[in-house]
Order: sequence, then structure tokens, then C-alpha cells
Amino acid sequence: MITLDKLTKIFDTPNGSITAADHISMEVPTGEICVLLGPSGCGKTTTLKMVNRIIPATSGRVLIHGEDTSQMNTVDLRRNIGYVIQQIGLFPNMTIEDNISVVPKLLGWSAEKYKKRALELLDLVALDPAIFLKRYPSELSGGQQQRVGVIRALAADPKVMLMDEPFGAIDPINREVIQDEFLKMQKELQKTILFVSHDIDEAVKMGDKIAIFREGKLEQYAAPDDLLAHPANDFIAGFVGNDRTLKRLQLVTAGEVMQQNPSMVTLDQPLDEALQLMESRDLEAVTVVNREQKPIGMVRREIAQVHRGSCRDHHDGLPTVIYQDDDLRSVVSRLYRVDASWLPVVDGEGYLQGVITQRGITHHVGATYRTQA
Amino acid sequence: METLSFLTGNFNQILSLAWVHTLLVSVAVGLAILTGVPIGIAITQSQRAADAVLYIASVIITIPSIALFGLMIPVLSMIGQGIGYMPAIIAVLLYSQLPIIRNTYTAINNVDPALREAARGVGMTAMQRLKMVEIPLAIPVIMAGVRTAVVMNIGVMAIAAYIGAGGLGTLIQRGISQSDPRQLIIGAVSVSLLAIVADFSLLWLQKRLTPKGLAAAV
Repeated sequence: MITLDKLTKIFDTPNGSITAADHISMEVPTGEICVLLGPSGCGKTTTLKMVNRIIPATSGRVLIHGEDTSQMNTVDLRRNIGYVIQQIGLFPNMTIEDNISVVPKLLGWSAEKYKKRALELLDLVALDPAIFLKRYPSELSGGQQQRVGVIRALAADPKVMLMDEPFGAIDPINREVIQDEFLKMQKELQKTILFVSHDIDEAVKMGDKIAIFREGKLEQYAAPDDLLAHPANDFIAGFVGNDRTLKRLQLVTAGEVMQQNPSMVTLDQPLDEALQLMESRDLEAVTVVNREQKPIGMVRREIAQVHRGSCRDHHDGLPTVIYQDDDLRSVVSRLYRVDASWLPVVDGEGYLQGVITQRGITHHVGATYRTQA
Repeated sequence: METLSFLTGNFNQILSLAWVHTLLVSVAVGLAILTGVPIGIAITQSQRAADAVLYIASVIITIPSIALFGLMIPVLSMIGQGIGYMPAIIAVLLYSQLPIIRNTYTAINNVDPALREAARGVGMTAMQRLKMVEIPLAIPVIMAGVRTAVVMNIGVMAIAAYIGAGGLGTLIQRGISQSDPRQLIIGAVSVSLLAIVADFSLLWLQKRLTPKGLAAAV
């Protein structure tokens, strides 16, 4: 847990003093990522850098797991906090192995232990140690360097990490990949992380909580869905964008919104049974499954009304299926693409789990507004 | 022809003069590294100190060497070292300060601020930052300063023959006083050759000392 208690930074400049961070108080629960978000000059980076005293605080306290860090020696404090910066900052005179081992060496680990750790960490980010251990940073691509930057921060297994726009210098395609990799790692590692970003999409994707800063003040501190659904003021509403409701879609998976126990028919069932089912449940179509309960098609109500026979002879193919873990943004995108109002949802093995409908999605997204009203 | 025959006839003596010359410059520049590099690092902490130190070093380098020797004679005579190798070494030591201090100062100051922040962020102390990051990165530029100092002062040391320091300047001095073009030419050519050889050897050393990862980037 990281606790900021009235943390304040006043810079004295020739043009008078500037309050870069004004009584920032917040708490990041253990194992969560908190994204500090805002336009440039809003104080988010200053706040981050006061935690490891790269910038000394003017007043206020930083507590890590309840312990006041002002009592700790600066060097010890930093060795126990992972630090990732946008410019990556790998030491060009050191090999990748030496870069990764910097903090373990400073902490006095044995050579055997830090060498083993470097191997583990390279494996973690899928860089082959046989190739990369003895290379120099200048021989790596930007994305590879940034991965090394992240594992260097993880080397001594700190409980707390500070990440200052860590993926800012990487091209958009690689950024997505590295973000996904990092989230996967974080699921296991459960670090407590302060993460600076100026990109609302990155914040929504990475953050368990988002703290929005403006002119040195903490404007709102909330979970991404809350923030997007209920921005506290016009500034925040503007910052998160007019399409903020659409951004909420990526926070929800299809599995959370689908109707469970879906209606289904098998290939061998007569068409009038399918029609009865649809009429009794007021459905426009019903999913056809094979013997393994995997969806293979659908029967439309208007077809069942005018034809006789079995479902085998009168079903249409499915334009696409949705997986439980897909986020709603991609679900909506596919619903629009195939011009469908519903689609069956399957689990990882392809078994039918439910159906997702456009109405179900709007209902889910709108729920929070109804309870507020 | 006469020059050549003088060369072959006195080859051993010329070699020993060249050796003394090299030794004097090496000792002086070696001492200059020991003083100049720490001063160059220290003044990165204060802009005002840097301005003052670099100004003084620039003034020193404008004093003609022959004048500097003249100034030192009365001072060093107090400890019985008015002439000989002592004033020569001190002069070269002083002249070497500017290129060495300036290059060290510039190199350390130009270390990428992101690397400096990364070094602080991982919890290095100021000394560890210098030793593990800043000095290794500054080595190529510091060595370039040392090369400048050595090449320049091989010339200065030739003049120091006039105050009895020894070295290849002795040949030039004798050549002038005895109107002997053989010694004059051999002295002048040897000093030039020595400077060229020293520059190339130091360039080789500079490449050896430059951290491998930096060489790969260039």
C-alpha cells in the first residue's frame, strides 16, 4: 500500500513560487495499479518523483505499507522501489545482464543469485538469455530496451513500483503488446504501482484506479469505470472525452453481460419446436448447436414460420462468435460489422455459454446512470 | 647526407633523449590527470566554480612557455630547483590543466540527464554514479583532452631544454647555438615524430578504454 498524505511541492523560480503539487492525499491498495493522469504540467510526474525523492517534497508524507518513508535513508528507499522512466535509461556502458543486476548488486546479492535472477527475468519477457545477456543496450530495438527497463526495475523484487510514462517512447503497435505483457505479469506479481500517463486509453487499460490531476491538484480519484461514467466536473469530462461511455465498453467482458442459459436447438429437432421456443421466449432467432453443444448456426423466426421440416434443413450459418473474455468494445464492433443484434457467446473451448444482445449491452452500460438518477 | 650520418652516428644518444622527453611529458601529464580530472568533476557541482576554474586555466595556457619558465626560476630557486626538470614538469602540468579539466567537465555535464535520473532512481550513491555510470561514459572525451595535452606539451617540453630539462629540445638548442643544421633538423623532426606517435598510441588507448557498449553505438 502506498499512502500519500498532503504531499506538496513548491518550486521557487525567478518568477515567484509555483505549486506543482498541492496537498495530494491518496491511497493505492496493495497489488493495484494507480494511474496518475492529466495534461502536461499538472503535477502527476512531480507527485510520482516525490515518492522516491528524485524530487524532494516541500511538505507532506509518503507512507509505504504504513511506514513513513521520511525516516528512511534515500538510497535504501530507492533500492526498494522499482523505477521505470520513459527514456528507459539503460546504462549504455553495461551489458543487459549488468543493467538488470544493478540493484541486486547494490543490495549486495551474491553473483550466483543475481545471475540466476537475470535469467529468470529475461525469460519472463520472452527475451532469449543466450542472445541478450551479453549484448549492450544500443544493440536492442526500442521495444526490447523497454522490456529490459521494466525487468531491471523488477530485479530485486520490490513491492512497490513507480512507472513514469514507461511505454511512452514506443510505437503504438509495440506499446499495445508490451502493455498486455505487463498486465499479464502484474496478475502474478501483484506489485503496488504508481503509473504516470497522459493517455486516457492507456489509463483505462492499465489502471485499477485513476487519479486525475490538474494544475497541481488531485481532481478525482476513482476506478476507471466510475471516472468515465461519472466525471466529477467539466474539466474531467472534457479530458476523458465525449466518447467516454464507449471507453467504458473495454472495461467489461462479454461474459459479464451475456444472458446465461441460452435457448438452443439441435440439428435434428423439428422446425416447429424451434418456432415454439422462439415464440414462448419472444426471440427473433435461436442458436443451433451440434451434439457437443458448440454453436454451428441459427434458425430465424421468419423462416420457421413459413417452412416445415428439421432445423438441419433451415438454419443459417453464424457470421461470427464471441468469446467470454472479449471486451465489449470488440463485441460491439463485431456486432456492427456483421449487422447483427445478437451473437452467441462461447468459452475458450467453444461451448455455448450464452448470448449477447445489443439491448443487453446498452442496459448494462446504462445501469450506473439509472441508479444515479 | 650529413644529417643522416649524424643520425646514424648518434642514434643511441637521440633515442635516450627521446626517452627522457617522453618520460618528462608522461610524468607531467600523468600528474595533470590526477589533478585535472577530479577538478573537472568537482566543478560540475557549481556553475560559478566552473566559470572561475576554466577562466584561470585559460589564462595560464596563454602565458608563453619561455615566460613561464622565467617566472618560475626565482620561485623554485628557493628550494634549489630553479632550473632542470622540476620547472619543466610544473609548466607542463599547468598547461595540461585546461584541456583535461575542460573535457572532463564537459563530458560529465553532458551525461544524458535520463541516465543520471535512472542512476539515482536505482539507488546509487553519488560516488557509485560517478564510478559506474558517469566516468565510464565520459572516458572518450576525457581521453581526447589528454591527447590534446600530450601533443601540445611535447612541443612545450622541447623549449624546456633551455632551462636544462633535457629531452629532444637539447638537440634543437645545440643546433641553434652551434649553427648546426644537422642537430636542428634531427631535433625538430624527432619532436614532431614523437608527437605523432604519442597521438596514435593514445588514440589506441582511448579506444581500448571506451566501454564496449558505447563503441557499438557509434
